[in-house]
Formats: sequence, C-alpha cells, structure tokens
Amino acid sequence: MEFRRKDLLGIADLEPEEIQVILDTAASFKEISTRPIKKVPTLRGKTVVTMFYEPSTRTRMSFEIAAKRLSADTLNLTVSASSAVKGETLADTAHNLEAMAPDVLIIRHAASGAPHYLAQRLKCGVINAGDGLHEHPTQALLDLLTVKEAKGTLSGLKVAIIGDIAHSRVARSDIHAFTKMGSQVTVAGPATMLPPYLETLGATVTTSLLEAVRGADVIMMLRLQLERMGQMFLSTLREYSQFFGLAPKHLQLAKDDVIIMHPGPLNRGVEISPEVADGPHSLILEQVTNGVAVRMAVLYFLIGGEKG
Amino acid sequence: MSLLIKGGLVVDPSRHLEDPLDLLVERGKIVALEPPGQIPDAGRRVISAPGLVVAPGLVDMHVHLREPGEEYKETICTGTRAAVKGGFTAVAAMPNTKPVNDTAAVTRLILDQAKTAGNARVYPVGAISVGSRGQALSEYGDLRVAGAVALSDDGRPVSNAMLMRRALEYARTFDLPVIAHCEDLDLSAEGAMHEGVVSLQLGLKGIPAAAEEVMVYRDLTLASLTGARLHIAHVSTGGSVAIIRLAKAMGLPVTAETAPHYFSLTEEAVLGYNTHAKVNPPLRTEMDVKAIKEGLRDGTLDAIACDHAPHSSLEKEVEFAAAAFGLIGLETSLGLTLKLVHTGELSLIQAIEALSTNPARILGVAGGTLAVGAPADITVINLNREWTVDVNTFASKSRNCPFDGWTLKGKAVMTIVGGRVVWEED
Ligand SMILES: [Zn+2]
Ligand SMILES: [Zn+2]
Repeated sequence: MEFRRKDLLGIADLEPEEIQVILDTAASFKEISTRPIKKVPTLRGKTVVTMFYEPSTRTRMSFEIAAKRLSADTLNLTVSASSAVKGETLADTAHNLEAMAPDVLIIRHAASGAPHYLAQRLKCGVINAGDGLHEHPTQALLDLLTVKEAKGTLSGLKVAIIGDIAHSRVARSDIHAFTKMGSQVTVAGPATMLPPYLETLGATVTTSLLEAVRGADVIMMLRLQLERMGQMFLSTLREYSQFFGLAPKHLQLAKDDVIIMHPGPLNRGVEISPEVADGPHSLILEQVTNGVAVRMAVLYFLIGGEKG
Repeated sequence: MSLLIKGGLVVDPSRHLEDPLDLLVERGKIVALEPPGQIPDAGRRVISAPGLVVAPGLVDMHVHLREPGEEYKETICTGTRAAVKGGFTAVAAMPNTKPVNDTAAVTRLILDQAKTAGNARVYPVGAISVGSRGQALSEYGDLRVAGAVALSDDGRPVSNAMLMRRALEYARTFDLPVIAHCEDLDLSAEGAMHEGVVSLQLGLKGIPAAAEEVMVYRDLTLASLTGARLHIAHVSTGGSVAIIRLAKAMGLPVTAETAPHYFSLTEEAVLGYNTHAKVNPPLRTEMDVKAIKEGLRDGTLDAIACDHAPHSSLEKEVEFAAAAFGLIGLETSLGLTLKLVHTGELSLIQAIEALSTNPARILGVAGGTLAVGAPADITVINLNREWTVDVNTFASKSRNCPFDGWTLKGKAVMTIVGGRVVWEED
C-alpha cells in the first residue's frame, strides 16, 4: 500500500495501512539524521511553505528541519495577528499563496477545519500542523513511531492519555491513531475536560488517573493550558497536580516497562513531576527526534514523486 | 378584476375544510366558495386548478430581511420576492436590522419598503429592548400603533430574567405576543454547532441542547407568572418539545415554532465544515428530528417558520468558527414540509395549518383562512411536482442554503396577495 494523497489533514481520514507505510518510511529516514551530512537531494527544487497562525516554534522548526534535510526550499510566512485583524481572510491568503506556487503548505490555525478550507481551494498539498481543537496528525504519527520503536508493536497495547482532552487536538489525533493501529486507549481527566461522546471515538473514558494508568504500556500526559482555570475548567493548579499530575508512585500501577510521553512543552510540577519527566521511563526527547523523521516521510509522500 | 380558481382541492385548516371547490376573488377579497362548476367564467380571469391544492396564503412568522442596514445580504424587495416564489403571502420580519427595529420609525420604514416592493405582506416584529441590548424596554405601544405585530429578542436573547419578566408584562399591556429566542448565552458561548458526536469529531466547540432548554423552561415559567402570550422561536431539541408539551397540558397560553431544517437535517450536515449548515440553534441529532416531527404531529409545535437568514459569501466563505450563523429557507420551506406529507408523517391539512393558519392566528393578523370575506391571500400548490433546488435560480440575494441540489416534491405554482397574482410559475 502506498500513501497517495494530496493533503494530510487528519488521522481520522487515514487507513491503518497508510499509517504503517508512513511509519516504515519515517524509520528509514531516521538514519539520515545520524549522518555527518544530514541531507539528501530527494526534494530538491520543491518549495515548502509554513504558515503558522498560532505561535509554535518547535513544530514549525521540526517541519523546517525535515524539509531542509530533504533539500527542499522553505519559506516561513509569519502571520502576524494584525494582518488577520486587518481583515485579510483565509481566502485572500490562499489566493496570494497560489501565486507563489508552493508545492506544499504547512498550516497551523486556531480554527478547526482551516486546513480543510485551504485544501479545497489550493492546488498544492496541505499539511495540517494543528487546527483548533481538531487534529494534529504529524504529532500522532510521531507518537506512534516512538511507541513502535520502544515496544516493537502497536497492537494490543494499553495507552493512557491524561489531561485536558476537551481542548487537545493531540488527544483527538492520538485516540484515532492508536485505536486504528490496534491499541486500547483510555482517556482520563476531570469531567470538565472530557467532552461528551468520547467513547464514540473508541476510547474508554474515566475520571480517575489511577484507573487509567493501571496496567498501562504507554502514558501520554497532555499539557495543561494555564488559562483554563479562569474558564472554570478546574479549581487550582495545586489540586489539578494532586489528582491529575503524573508522579513516580503512579508508575508502580503501570506495566514495569511503561513509557511516558508528552507532546510538550511541559509544565513541570503541574501535569508531570520532574522525576517522571526526566526519569528512565520518559521518551519525551525521543518524540522530538521522531518528529523530524515522520515529517520527512510525510513531505516525501506528498511531494516526493516517484520512489527512487 | 375578478379571479376564479376552478377545479382545485380547497384545503382550509381554519374551517377543517378539504373539498373540491371553486373559489371567487373580487376586489381583493374572497367572495364565494362553491361546488365545482357553479360559478360562471364570464368576464373573469379563470385559473384552472384541477389536481392542484388551493390553500390559504402561507405565512412565515420568522424571517430576517436584513433591511435596513445589510442590504448586501437581502432587501425587503428581494426577500419578499423569495417569499412569494416559495408560496408565502406574508412574512414577519425580525427586528435585528441595523438599526434595530425598536422604534415606530423603523417599523414604518419597513412597512413602506414592503408596500413599494409589492410582493408579500410584511409584518414587522419590534425589539424587546432598546437596541436589543437587554437593558431597557422599547416603546411597545408606539411600535404597535406603527404596525408591529409582536416583540422579539431574536438574534440577541434577553439574559436578564427580570427584564424578560417586565417585557412579558409590558407586552401583555398592549396585547402583543413575545417571540423568544431561547438560548443561554453562557452555556452556548463560543459554540459553533450542536455539542455531540460530530462536534467532537470536528473539534468544534459545542452548543448543548441544554443551552436552549433551560431558557425555554425559564420563559415558560415567566409566562405562567405574567399571563403574557409567549411564543417560542425555532425549537430544535426533543427536550424543548417535551417541556412545551407539558406547559400546554398545564394550560399555559404558549405557542411554538420549528424550522424545516430541524426536521430535515442533523448535525451530520456540518461534516466537512459546511458553513451553510451553521445555524443557531444548531442542527441536532436524529432523536431530536424525530421529536420535532412528533411535536408537529401532535400539535405541540404550532408553526413552521424557516428563520430565513441571508448571508453573503463574506460571512460564509470563511473558516467554520468564523462563519455567521443562519441559512435561507423561504424558497425551500414548503417543499421540505411537504416531504413530511408524502411520507405520511403529517397530513396535508396539518402542514397547511402549520404554514398558514397557526402563524396568522399567533400573530393576530389577517390570513390563514379562505373564509368568505377574508383577504384573498392564496397559495396554489402542485403537490406532485418534482423539482431540484438550485440556489442560482433563487430570488433571494443570498445563496446560503444547505439544500442546494436536493430533489423536492411539491411546490407553489401561484401566489396571490390581496387578490393580485404576485407570482406564478412559467
Ligand atoms: Zn433566533
Ligand atoms: Zn431568527
């Protein structure tokens, strides 16, 4: 099976076989990053445009490094909040972009569906680098790759995702991704942060961190956005970290070889204790490395043409 | 000039009439209804209607005509053109224009423009509060004298329960019904669609059914307290239907409407981030659709009103969260309602009652009847005519219709207002 699509908009649209082929290719691209000269000519002459309507240095840099290692030209459009305020619509932006004839556009936007909107209107490929509360597909792919490397398989694993599920596009993409690959996903958090109908996505839902981590192979902690307090989603950070923060004692409930992941950036001492974040079970830095590899694979499939 | 409509099936819910009759119109009024063949043709325009339904003119009690202030979306002229094309002889115009219709002056302007347009009758609805800001009562007495037929907070619901209480009392003083847009703005805040399975999948913030239902309950309680005539706009949830059914059983003077999209579409219409399916209240679930149909069938829901809400591509050709709420319905409302007749979910007389007799009665306006002496507002309907919805042929200025491309069975073939044929199919 090949991955033949114009765009990568979400994990929900993908077949397990498509996910598998991206992961296999990403694994082979990892080797490039270990070479003294970390560059191959695969995408020479191609133009990759990143357009981030929300600040995120790490995801943008990860895409940029991935594109450069494949020899593509990269262009970063910094979209100031002001140009959006001045009334330049996404449609205007799309037309301006079309004139620059990029091969692929990587977009992050606060509105769910914004990448879909552009994908329908642009001839070039569109990669969703995070849209609103909807999806963040390359994050889920790098999470899968990280788990696959650590466990040797993705099927039959118990994966716990803990925190603010309601506001997390990573959680949505991860639930789809792990479920499609045969893992069992349990999500946990305070009920204020568990949107109704989560079970329709195939996840088990609980309000107990302890229940979620019991017997887990993988524990994925989500970043708590601190402004949620003022929005009545929780009482205090102190209480949140007490009931939903991951501490060393919780690891005893999980499998012995449990791995700990986090999409970053971390709030140490809030959703995850420093001992766990920096401890032997943590694969948080490996996730960053794998981010470059899966993004290379995605770029390769969208604009790399025939396999060499 | 007199008009003789011959050979049709006269359906008049105001008198439980469903008989083949010939109908004679003179000087803008209905002057005779007789068994077929009894009224002579001589000197009259004869409209041959065998196989057609002759109904009292349809009345849509909830539309947004956008004039004054947003004429790029719709004008009173184009909106009423869409109305007569869809079979409506009268519409009630909601007050959320720019400026808001909170004064006699704006009410008179709307009536003047409607008269100039010469299409459907327009019944202005005044604002509950000044500027619809929810702080001070507007001049209900003046509004009534100028021609307003009801009061509403549509578009900007009244959050303050005390203001709503006073509004109901003050409206009772002038015998005006209050049309409530039931939405708790705290519960719906930032929501873009129904809170459910699809909002979860699409990552869109949800508007729970409870945002509507708590306000339906509040306003029913206040209606009971004040004795005012309360009408609930655009009921979208099964929970609201149940509460209204209970209130009616308790004898409250409450009425309610729903819109064709609430019995024709579910939340799934939003899939693909379709902004034409972004509407407030939002499209709900299959269960709600069933409950809405049942509410129409058992009379809990009195009226069908389409909440015609024109928007241009500026408001709709954008990312979903940024898109405006609302869809247009005047040209599809009858066809979608007749679908329920064809499936046997509503009888023909019930459908006409919900589209004509009941809204006229709730607003206290003429129409909704074919009784001798009534104004000759008449809609002639071909029940079996199949047609395809094509937004490019719409009389409305806007194109924000989620039913584009649908095949519907049944449409108005002639619309008569005050004895004047204002629209007929080629
Ligand atoms: Zn409304
Ligand atoms: Zn409305």
